[in-house]
Amino acid sequence: MMERVLIVDDSAAMRHFLRASIERLGLAREIREASSGLEAMRVLPREPLDLLLVDVNMPDIHGLEVIRWVRASPAHAQLPVIVISSEASSKDRARGLTLGADAWLDKPFTDEQLDATVRAVIEKRRGAKTP
Amino acid sequence: MNEETERVRDEFLAESQELVESLSRDLLLIDHGQKHNALDPDLVNAVFRGVHTLKGIAGMFGYGELSETAHVLEDLLDQIRLGKISLEQSTLDVLFEGVEVLQRLLGAVRGESHEVDVALFRDAVRSITSATKVATVDPLAAYDIGDDVLGVLTEYEEHRLRANAEQKNPLHRLRVRFPLSSIDSDLEAVKRRLKPVAEIITYLPSIEGSGDDAIELEVLLASRATIGELRTLAGTDAVETVRLRVPESRTVPPPRMTEDGDVFRRDSKPPQRTPTLPPAMIIPESSQRDMGAEGIAVRAVSKTVRVDITKLDHLMNLIGELGILKSSVGRVLERMGHHTEMRPISADLQRVHRSFERHLAALQDGLLDVRMVPIGQTFERLARAVRQVAREHGKEVRLVVNGGDTEIDKLIVEELIDPLLHLIRNAVGHGTELPQERLRLGKDPSAIIALNAYQKGNHVVIEVEDDGAGIDTKRVLARAVERDLVSADAARELDDHAIRQLVFLPGFSTANAVTDISGRGVGLDVVRTNIGRLGGVIDLHSTVGVGTKFTLTLPITLAIVNSLVMRVASHTFAIPLTVVQEALALSEYEQRVVDGREMITLRGQSLPIVRLASLFKLGTPPNPKAFVVVTALGQRRVGLVVDALEGQQDIVTKPLGKSLHRVRGFSGATDLGDQRVILVLDAPALLDEALENESPLAERRMTSGGTA
Repeated sequence: MMERVLIVDDSAAMRHFLRASIERLGLAREIREASSGLEAMRVLPREPLDLLLVDVNMPDIHGLEVIRWVRASPAHAQLPVIVISSEASSKDRARGLTLGADAWLDKPFTDEQLDATVRAVIEKRRGAKTP
Repeated sequence: MNEETERVRDEFLAESQELVESLSRDLLLIDHGQKHNALDPDLVNAVFRGVHTLKGIAGMFGYGELSETAHVLEDLLDQIRLGKISLEQSTLDVLFEGVEVLQRLLGAVRGESHEVDVALFRDAVRSITSATKVATVDPLAAYDIGDDVLGVLTEYEEHRLRANAEQKNPLHRLRVRFPLSSIDSDLEAVKRRLKPVAEIITYLPSIEGSGDDAIELEVLLASRATIGELRTLAGTDAVETVRLRVPESRTVPPPRMTEDGDVFRRDSKPPQRTPTLPPAMIIPESSQRDMGAEGIAVRAVSKTVRVDITKLDHLMNLIGELGILKSSVGRVLERMGHHTEMRPISADLQRVHRSFERHLAALQDGLLDVRMVPIGQTFERLARAVRQVAREHGKEVRLVVNGGDTEIDKLIVEELIDPLLHLIRNAVGHGTELPQERLRLGKDPSAIIALNAYQKGNHVVIEVEDDGAGIDTKRVLARAVERDLVSADAARELDDHAIRQLVFLPGFSTANAVTDISGRGVGLDVVRTNIGRLGGVIDLHSTVGVGTKFTLTLPITLAIVNSLVMRVASHTFAIPLTVVQEALALSEYEQRVVDGREMITLRGQSLPIVRLASLFKLGTPPNPKAFVVVTALGQRRVGLVVDALEGQQDIVTKPLGKSLHRVRGFSGATDLGDQRVILVLDAPALLDEALENESPLAERRMTSGGTA
């Protein structure tokens, strides 16, 4: 079980849905929420994090920019990042992965899919840290 | 469904509803923009984003139909925002229909309506979406933008960048530093200032410039404004402004900004580089401090909370309860005042009591304020109807809205939508003339429908006004006489205003008949009844050839009701003034008994009367100075006989509670503020009782309430 996960999504319904899923699956002890890219940028430097779940389509600072910013900051260079989106554009998807997202999860998804993706990403990052 | 899932589902429904409503609002703006050749790409993108979010959350919550419909609309909007499909009126029609379909689907989710078959609609959208795509030469190649920037743009942002490049608009990067504490409002302010002269493509968080107390954003924008202007608009926090250069070697004309000599002069200097930005011209700049701090704080969405209105009702009840407690404390205080030895304590308590009273009043005002919403939200939904009905009838109609920020109780707003839709549809469909007819009459071919709202004392007035043909009284009268709604004799007594009021009578018109006259009266009796239920009244003024105006006067809130306080025997009661037409001295009217029921004749019409003293079995002898309170709901009227009238007062009605909920005839209790708690009469129940049933309200004798 992880210590802390941050959900970044401008839809309150989506944030609450993700929170409920994470609680059901027992994935993290603490769940933080940010309702915009800006808010995520404010929370990120202050909070030690184990996982970032981020939506792409948000006003102003969108998900791709959050990922780029996260990857460029030394503290979060190794932070597991999963994009939660339903982006129609394959270009955006490719860019998200190029910028350093670990996985891309399409809405709608089941608890099992979320669970498997989170576990796979965490494993991969652990492997990367201790080769 | 457990409580948590239900809460999340409610959240989903509320958010979806908001998304669809803002969708509709933005589409209307787009429609307006399209007609005036000023389409705002931000708006198209906002609509796309809304539909995209709806698709996502509907999918997560397992509403496949809703998600799938949002999906096809998303695809269509995606192609529109990427410039692959041009935005024609016919495309807008489909998008507006999409809003209706989404509304219906949401209704089905809420269980309000039946399942909706949307296959046809989806096919229609798909047929537009599958149109051919246009291949273009990439104009972005002419700018030195850099892969690091392109790599972080969404496909849409890249498209907007490209669209501006095609227009040969200069591109800029504006680096702005925001204090962490105020970034939300500061960013909004910068956006608002830049918007008139620039299109903002995106905001790139700058990694180097951001620290613990500030975040630096690089604003990528297209603008024909000079660098100096942009710098000034960006305000105090601008760190530097960069103009992206078009390399001279490429065969692309230079940016058309010859007036901006500044730029070209500086261009001759050796270009500097920012770490994140390859070849570009940089103008370092000391932060300008000449612009004052932004005064207007932008209310962030994250600072608002959605609340179920029944929870506010519950709080209002608690306040009512506190009010009654306050009265009880007042009574104790009065008793203490009789004992000399208690005077010092009672004086202290009196002070506390007064302070409590003030705070209670403030609490009540605050809670009322929370219930208030601007009526403009409703007007936006009406605007959609205007557009639709006008298109159906081949009319040209311009909707003018005044006073959209007038606030009214959320519950009233919701109940107002149907009556207003009714009036608007009538006004567009029948009230206004066809363009060619208007031209013949020397009027502007496009008709005007005005929606005006304003506050008048404790009421909100809403006017629906058109500049159409007006209502012909001769034809209204002929119709009313033909339908036996008024006798030919009585008809001669009526003035023009009174004649027009006949359109509110049930059975006045069928749709057909009304179109014959001048297009009024379709279900206007229903409109009037619904407005009456909200405690409002509707009035009608019309001038032939000039236009028609419906005026709705509504209470600002249902939580506080202006009431008539009256006395029966030793008991005091209140009745909402909205149902009271007038009060008369009983002795001045001749009383008679018809079929065992007491009646008086009021201006030629029979009015059944009910003696509250006998109805409530208060057992007092007949009072020669009794009053008749004429109470009406829609077409039903009854005279309530009471002993005395005490005056009018604003009251907050508190429900009677479970143990008394079987007692009919009372809607609740209220505290008069002078230490009296009294019962509030339930007018609809009394009318039912008086007009349909001979037996008294309840078999039990009233044992509580009043001031006996």
